[in-house]
Amino acid sequence: MSVATGSVTPSSAPIELEKAVVRNWKPPIGLGIFALIGILLFVVFARPGATSFRFSTDGDQIQIPIWVVDAGAVYIVVTILLIAIAAVSAFLAYRARRTPIWLIAVFAALFMFGFLTWAAAGASLPVQIASLLVGAVSLSVPLVFGALGGVISERVGVVNVAIEGQLLAGAFVSALVASATGMQFLGLLAAMVAGVLVSFVLAAFSIKYFVDQVIVGVVLNVLVVGLTSFLFSTLLAPNAALLNSPPRFDRIEIPLLSQIPIIGPVFFRQTIIVYLVYIAVFVVWFALFKTRWGLRLRSVGEHPQAADTVGINVARTRFWNVSLAGAIAGLGGAYYTLGSVGAFNKEMTAGAGFIALAAVIFGRWDPIRATLAALLFGFALNLQYALSVIGSPVPSEFMLMVPYLVTIFAVAGLVGYVRGPAAAGKPYVKS
Amino acid sequence: MTDPKVTQSEPAPGSTDTQLEPGQARNEVAPPSRSQQVLRDILGGSAMISVLAVVLALLAGGILIALTDKDVQAAAGYFFSRPADTFRAIWDAVAGAYVALFQGSIYNFRADDFVRGIRPLTETLKFATPLITAGLGVALAFRVGLFNIGGRGQMLVAAGAAGYIGFAVPLPPGIHLVVAVLVGMLAGAIWGGIVGLLKARTGAHEVIVTIMLNYVAFYLISYLLTQQWALQAPGSTNPKSAAMLPTAVFPKILGEQFNLHLGFIVAIAATIWFWYFINRSSMGFRFRAVGENPNAAQVAGIKVKSVYVWAMVFSGALVGLAGVNQVLGTVTSGFTATIDASIGFDAITVALLGRSRPVGVFVAGVLFGALKAGGYSMQAAQGVPIDIVLVVQSLIVLFIAAPPLVRAIFRLPVPGTAPKSRTRKLEVAK
Repeated sequence: MSVATGSVTPSSAPIELEKAVVRNWKPPIGLGIFALIGILLFVVFARPGATSFRFSTDGDQIQIPIWVVDAGAVYIVVTILLIAIAAVSAFLAYRARRTPIWLIAVFAALFMFGFLTWAAAGASLPVQIASLLVGAVSLSVPLVFGALGGVISERVGVVNVAIEGQLLAGAFVSALVASATGMQFLGLLAAMVAGVLVSFVLAAFSIKYFVDQVIVGVVLNVLVVGLTSFLFSTLLAPNAALLNSPPRFDRIEIPLLSQIPIIGPVFFRQTIIVYLVYIAVFVVWFALFKTRWGLRLRSVGEHPQAADTVGINVARTRFWNVSLAGAIAGLGGAYYTLGSVGAFNKEMTAGAGFIALAAVIFGRWDPIRATLAALLFGFALNLQYALSVIGSPVPSEFMLMVPYLVTIFAVAGLVGYVRGPAAAGKPYVKS
Repeated sequence: MTDPKVTQSEPAPGSTDTQLEPGQARNEVAPPSRSQQVLRDILGGSAMISVLAVVLALLAGGILIALTDKDVQAAAGYFFSRPADTFRAIWDAVAGAYVALFQGSIYNFRADDFVRGIRPLTETLKFATPLITAGLGVALAFRVGLFNIGGRGQMLVAAGAAGYIGFAVPLPPGIHLVVAVLVGMLAGAIWGGIVGLLKARTGAHEVIVTIMLNYVAFYLISYLLTQQWALQAPGSTNPKSAAMLPTAVFPKILGEQFNLHLGFIVAIAATIWFWYFINRSSMGFRFRAVGENPNAAQVAGIKVKSVYVWAMVFSGALVGLAGVNQVLGTVTSGFTATIDASIGFDAITVALLGRSRPVGVFVAGVLFGALKAGGYSMQAAQGVPIDIVLVVQSLIVLFIAAPPLVRAIFRLPVPGTAPKSRTRKLEVAK
């Protein structure tokens, strides 16, 4: 790229204040790398044939016909568009302007379309777009709950590394209670209580005893893994029929909405826990940014001393909001046992809490953005299953790697320096 | 452009520690802030607190064992007619478990001769070896204010690299081992260095990157273990490598009847190096300065970003040494993608328990090694799931991290000044 010259600011304007020209080359570099990967896949390692996409599921009343595309044509169009968008981004960066987020979204969608076409070219089975998305939503539910718990907790100034523990505790207790009582709702409630209990420990140690919050979080994860695995081996596994066969929630179809093509099966033919997600995301967003409670919460997380000065009880605000965060994360744990998998198993959350934590940071401590990040992770996780059905040319290990690589790319290239709540991680000692 | 984390204002004048820097903040500058005082309390906590924390954790573990024991449950069914039975069952369950723990980790007094009797202790040290080196790696990152959760990934790539040299590249004895160890550490250093580089260059949060690289390393090694040209044993279809060549294996240091290998000596050397590096070298000084306060370090002319990179490189190399230790010392018959045995995560608790001090990490590693060795014997002898060890380990760290809690439980006085009426206030203030 050429060296910046003075011609950036137009000279025709009579009074021109000097502007600091900040060029951010990260978006074009990131997009460029993906465009290169695209060229590599679509041109160098092009797979000829036709790819068919299926958008409807069997239960739909409106059936969209299967869409068959010629892979070669898609490669040409997608490659040109990818390069064009990367070039536009480079141009914008040169003019010291930001690459708009919608452009990146379009780029990602195009890349994904091209990649799916490439992976399924010549395959006998069509790419099931609807079921791909249904699975993505399903996998992201615990991530969203965990991320919401993380957002609340960190916004109030307590770093929540214990999301994993809260999810796992929720999964364990909900399986136990729902199996023993036969009532799913009691299981849900118990999962929330379990999450709160984990939070109590986190809050007590970090707020009362000023133990470093990250330490407590990490240790709590280990503690919950140990406790649930121990109790699973000694209690649940020997009495699986009585204690570890929770009744699962049925799917509820929302009339009319569930008949919308693609969107219907993805969002409105789910279990009640998924509908709770929609409510939870909205409520958390509204409460955080539109209510007095949210303002207080955020002020405690940003500047506890100022909050204290105006009469907010910092310790109490932190304690109860961390507990609330635990309840929400615990709900996410219940999704494993009551919504998707069924019976509890050792370490069944498998690092979802850490991915939720990544979603919190990726989403810059904002509930909506964190939810979107969690959905992205869920999609990336599910992509691998979908491709293994079609018979992907890429070794499954590399497909499994993709979500994590994308996260690293995104965090390094697009998010970059993130600034969390100012006082997160710091104990507040009242003077 | 400066790091926003550096330029960000410090809201509470009392606290000078920044985010995510557990287990450190040892600052001799007066007057110490309260959170530093609290941390110093943790760091300098008396040996009494540590012992009591272990006792408390074992007590809690005993309660768990008793609650889930079949005989106890059976005896509790007729508790009111013969309560003594219940207590006897509880005693049998808990004592049996802990005796097995002791026999499996320190000295087996039922063995015929001394050699067999002391064998558990060497097993403890064998289990402790990777925990110590990985713990040192995590501790090094802690001292710089970085949180390295990437132990798993760093161990896996190191194990893969060292293992490859170990079974596929024949070299003369002696040189082979050294090359394998160095290549493994290099691989771990690179895997850690990526994190440091990304943090320094782009500001990517090291917690996210390390977590993600764990998964990337796992799938990478899993893939390589299915490829004949890479790590898979020739002619095999299992995702497992070939056995190490004898020249690449850590020699047994106490004779063939013990499993303890040279890796333990390497771990001791690493501990001494850590002490020298962090306390006596100028680079270590810069590391500590950045860990104490990156803001001040920046002002003082320390290149904070380069410190981040080097810290992760060293941290990754030390954690990688644990992976090397696994493939060349503990499991020499070929490795799978689970060779890390969650040591990368255990190392975090080891570093926390050891307060990121070399000797502390060493002792914590030996303690956790003992719990691990004993845990297996407990599982075999008494049917107590090994997971109880995780519970006990985490409780120990929790209790040690909160001395006021332990003091409150045992009604100990606060060290220094402790008139009864002011105790509570002092606890808060300290």
